[in-house]
Amino acid sequence: MACTKTTRNRATNKVANPLEQFTIKTLVPIQLGDVDASLTNSGLFMVLTVAAISLFLTLGMRQRSLVPGRWQSLAEISYEFIAGMIRDNVGSEGRKYFPFVFSLFMFILFANLIGLIPYAFTFTSHIAVTFAMALVVFLGVTVIAIARHGLHFFSFFLPSGVPMVMAPVLVPIEVLSYLSRPISLSIRLFANMMAGHTMMKVFAGFIIPLGILGGWAPLTVDVALTAFEFLVAFLQAYVFTVLTCLYLNDAIHLH
Amino acid sequence: MELDAAKMIGAGLAVIGLGGVGAGIGNIFASLISSIARNPASRGQVFGLAMLGFALVEAVALYALLISFLILFT
Repeated sequence: MACTKTTRNRATNKVANPLEQFTIKTLVPIQLGDVDASLTNSGLFMVLTVAAISLFLTLGMRQRSLVPGRWQSLAEISYEFIAGMIRDNVGSEGRKYFPFVFSLFMFILFANLIGLIPYAFTFTSHIAVTFAMALVVFLGVTVIAIARHGLHFFSFFLPSGVPMVMAPVLVPIEVLSYLSRPISLSIRLFANMMAGHTMMKVFAGFIIPLGILGGWAPLTVDVALTAFEFLVAFLQAYVFTVLTCLYLNDAIHLH
Repeated sequence: MELDAAKMIGAGLAVIGLGGVGAGIGNIFASLISSIARNPASRGQVFGLAMLGFALVEAVALYALLISFLILFT
């Protein structure tokens, strides 16, 4: 082999594991009785994300000029983007849910983007985090629907204009697809983030061993992958939020 | 058959579904291009729907990949 330097640990002859980047490490151990409330790398990056969003919005709107400068423009664009999304997908009754949807979008977006910084941790790549968010959305939407429509909510599972003969077949299918919403919502986000970061790590692991002659190929692929991951970061935040708006629309208007 | 060999074969079989995903994504963007070609003014509206559709189809790809990794690594 032409390579003179490798990152292989010659003492143990082990290849680095691309999945190791997702391990949760405890930074500040905190024990509250039986509950382990330690600050982990995941928790630290959640705090960082919230701080980044708050700084982005408060410092961006500091000027409050009528004709916005660059930063204020970005802050206003992010507001208007979500406001427009709610207007288009939920209608005027969805406006009261704007704070939740906006927080959801910004949290996921900033989490995905901060995770792309080298040596940073992407906490949305853990099913625990994404499932918690998806569960909140699902339960929230179901509670809103039942509060608004009472028992008439269950007419949602029998679409209008369906002959009663098909109902025993159709209703279980509809219920199952409704119950699969939090699962698909959470797995979509977590799998995208995990797959993206794993691919980047795998190709990065090929760069040094291929040496000065061959190392350019995985490096180019990695650069392209990073660009793609920026797109995926935006896209996954957008899709999570749009689906939340669509589920809200279903809950408020019962199709 | 050894467990490791069976895992490798299972993981390989699990990703066959990605062929359908490739066809699906191509379908979405083909219809996006032809709808913009027919009516260039609709670009803004249609593009958002195309992105939503793309992400939903890609999610299926990732479900297949997830099963493949589950088979391979657990």
